[in-house]
Amino acid sequence: MHETMVAQSLIEKIEAEAAKQKAKPVSAKMSCGVFDALNDEAMQLAMEAIGKGTVCEGMKLEIEHKPIKAECKKCQNIFDYDLVKASCPACGGDRLTLQPDVGLILEEIEFEKE
Amino acid sequence: MYKFKVEERILSTNEEYAASNRELLAGKNKLCLNVISSPGSGKTTILARTIADLKGRMKVGVIEGDIQTDIDAQRIKAAGAKAIQINTDGACHLSAAQISKALKKLPIDKLDLLVIENVGNLICPSVFELGENCKIVVLSVAEGDDKCAKYPSTFARAAAILINKIDLLGTKHIDFNIKRVRKDIRKVNEDAQIFEVSAKTGQGMAEWYDWLAKSVGDPTSV
Repeated sequence: MHETMVAQSLIEKIEAEAAKQKAKPVSAKMSCGVFDALNDEAMQLAMEAIGKGTVCEGMKLEIEHKPIKAECKKCQNIFDYDLVKASCPACGGDRLTLQPDVGLILEEIEFEKE
Repeated sequence: MYKFKVEERILSTNEEYAASNRELLAGKNKLCLNVISSPGSGKTTILARTIADLKGRMKVGVIEGDIQTDIDAQRIKAAGAKAIQINTDGACHLSAAQISKALKKLPIDKLDLLVIENVGNLICPSVFELGENCKIVVLSVAEGDDKCAKYPSTFARAAAILINKIDLLGTKHIDFNIKRVRKDIRKVNEDAQIFEVSAKTGQGMAEWYDWLAKSVGDPTSV
């Protein structure tokens, strides 16, 4: 549901940079954390719909999902947290400390000079 | 063709409004809570009861968020607190810009506590910062005990979780495993305070009020 607002904000940022660069964005790369609950398909659909008529029309979007790191309180192992397993892959412990989630980041834009 | 590094937060505009809201409230040392839950969990009933029970001890101001109607703002006003209603006309969560506008309509200096009751939704509100000190999640026993497993992002970000409608436990109408819920919460959130309450009967509300009083006294502690 919130993919629409994320897409809106993303397109505004890319439009602003495209105007500065006086170039057309061909593709963009973004990253998101586990707890941002971002659905790729919904995001691509939102980008397509909202990007129509803007400089982002036809632009490709790559979405990288970054895992959350967790530390096992029992054996201090640091690993990529799996929401389903929710336990340490080394010792099976389920008392974990989760590190802060990364959030929604616009990483880079690929431009083509007009 | 060339690549241009940006490395900027996509929701930075919302986050800038949130930061300015946070700064305004911190400057006046006022606690602000962002209350999140699915529709029908009992957020407004909990708030109305809290306001009524703490009358004379705590002045509360509420910013209500709903897609339509001012039903909730009316309930809060009837309970004895100032309330501002925001209608999002379709948006499934409140934004920091909306809160910024609403804060101008509240007598913040005269309040002890500011509460934002977000649009009923267990997913999106937790992604959009509003300038609150912390998020409070309400889960009712009538919703099933798998909600934390299904919507971990919201529960992971809560400072306190109120499990509401406990007056229904033990009846033939409700299957709800509280132990399972507590375990699922701890998997994603080791620090959250968990309160088992009934806004209807008042059971468990005293512990919630104690936490509120402590947090109002020191907003940076949450």
